[in-house]
Amino acid sequence: MKPESSAFTVGQNEQELRQLHLNTEVISVINDAGISLRDVTKRYGNKAVVDAINLVIKPGEFMTFLGPSGSGKTTTLNMIAGFVSATEGLLHIYGKPVAKLPAHKRDIGMVFQNYALFPHKTVAENIAYPLDRRKISKAEQKTMIAGALEMVRMGEFGDRFPTELSGGQQQRVALARALVYKPRVLLMDEPLGALDKKLREWLQKEIKRIHREVGSTFVYVTHDQEEALSLSDRIAVFNNGRIEQVGSPADLYQKPQTLFVGRFLGESTVLSGSMVSSGAGETTLDISGHAIRVPGQLSSESLAILIRPENIILCDEGSAPSAAGINTLPVTVLDANYLGSSWRCEVELPDGSTGTVRAAQAAGVREPGSRALMRWDVDCGVLLEDTGDEGVSLT
Amino acid sequence: MTFKRALGALAVLIVLWLLLPTLVIIPMSFNSAASFNFPPQGFSLQWYENFFTDPSWLRSLGSSLQVALITMVVATALGIMAAIGLSKVKFRGKALLESYFLTPLIVPGIVIAIGLYSLFLRFNLLGTLPGFVLAHTVVALPLVIINVTASLQGVDPKLEQASATLGAGRLRTFFSITLPLIMPGVTAGALFAFVTSFDEIILSLFVQSPQLQTLPVKIYNSVTQTSDPTVAAVAVIAMFTSVLVMLTAQFATRKRKRVSV
Repeated sequence: MKPESSAFTVGQNEQELRQLHLNTEVISVINDAGISLRDVTKRYGNKAVVDAINLVIKPGEFMTFLGPSGSGKTTTLNMIAGFVSATEGLLHIYGKPVAKLPAHKRDIGMVFQNYALFPHKTVAENIAYPLDRRKISKAEQKTMIAGALEMVRMGEFGDRFPTELSGGQQQRVALARALVYKPRVLLMDEPLGALDKKLREWLQKEIKRIHREVGSTFVYVTHDQEEALSLSDRIAVFNNGRIEQVGSPADLYQKPQTLFVGRFLGESTVLSGSMVSSGAGETTLDISGHAIRVPGQLSSESLAILIRPENIILCDEGSAPSAAGINTLPVTVLDANYLGSSWRCEVELPDGSTGTVRAAQAAGVREPGSRALMRWDVDCGVLLEDTGDEGVSLT
Repeated sequence: MTFKRALGALAVLIVLWLLLPTLVIIPMSFNSAASFNFPPQGFSLQWYENFFTDPSWLRSLGSSLQVALITMVVATALGIMAAIGLSKVKFRGKALLESYFLTPLIVPGIVIAIGLYSLFLRFNLLGTLPGFVLAHTVVALPLVIINVTASLQGVDPKLEQASATLGAGRLRTFFSITLPLIMPGVTAGALFAFVTSFDEIILSLFVQSPQLQTLPVKIYNSVTQTSDPTVAAVAVIAMFTSVLVMLTAQFATRKRKRVSV
């Protein structure tokens, strides 16, 4: 079920792009991309809900748009789908300029949060709908519908009406309908948002498997960071109409480039302070009177260090002499929760803010109210500009 | 308990009060005497026979059906377009336009009638089929808009977006997705339009000519000018036509709902 390669002739397209004074390198990037957005902006009145976004999605890639509501991720998806027209910018799908193409001519598939199955048509009729539009013979349709239903493991449900199916089944039918005509791009707008946790996790695996099978470019919108981390090849983190960072899940988690990304993905402890010294690829910050070291250098007034909870160890006050390559900070334990596979402690930092520590063993946990020492490898800290973003949690 | 009983009695009285004037006409139509007597004296079918043998009565029944059918088609087509326009497009003063479309329901019929009369006089539309259809469409249109708007609110806009991504243009989407889903509202609106036209009297009195009279006009003229009891039979026939159409509307709406839910 591999999508057919681009039949689009790029000759005329290249001419158009040259007229925009883009250099050949940029043109070849646009032509080689599955989806390319260049300075794409959407303004409502004076407000830019999507602000000059640049993004290249590779053919066959699983790209997730992650961000809080109102961050512009859904508007961007709707621009790719053709429901919303961009105010400015270039939008290409497999090298073809689509900014002026209506949605029904873009040859994309789309899956919606509320399934959007046609209630007056059976499952098979729903899946036949895009095939009818493409004037595919009834005989051929039959095998294609059977194949699509087989792919989503809904083989016996062709004669049912959507209302006779559960939410998870409806979404699988919606997937079959969106993929039966082998579009090169599949857009998904929070497709699992209306389902319960168990079903969501199972469907995530199904979506991953289907992505491997069909090899189309998938663009997935979600505000659920766990979903984004487990599904995606790459994630684009949206905030305030801009993309904060694009990278693999591991990249974003381990090497966030902004405080917003660090805080939005996973749990973290953030220490804000002022610079004491900087040099030789290392910076020392003053965190409430404690000298804390962190790799990297940044030229900014206000700085912060982000540490992941699994990299922090709690130990008794005064027990651990400060060794080279180790940071320590006195904290007060606020709360300790047992999560089954680990413990999670909330601690109060010297400046009064809250940090998170994860311990694999009970020995790593302290009683609430007790004083303790937080320690971590210098190399585990990430130096970031302190943009003052409040912690966001939208899971 | 006595209070509950009193309330029940009041309800029965109100139902009788609403229904009696309509029902009284039925025994009167079978009266064997040549007058509007109640209670009737004796039983006879002569007034029905009169109606079906008198070409002038049959002609006005034909005119009424013709006008009502064309009005239904015109009002439904326009009403669907107006309802979709109002539901899809957002613009300033939309609420104003919405109530503007409904004014024919609020403005006294006689006001519209006088206005239409002077206009139609100018454009030579008095006593013509297009004249009747135009006049009746004015009062039938709001009913279509109300019904179609209500059923459009139940259609998820995402369905139309889904249809677009699947390769259907706007027209195809309308006929394959939107129209089937709003069909109960369209059917109800169309039948309301038919009945409104079929029963319409105020505008029709102004538009009529001796050559072209709808059934209510002919009844009215007959009652005021002669006292031919055939009117009672005609009234019963007209009444049952309307009731039949409204029952069909009810039935169609309910059946549709069962399919889509």
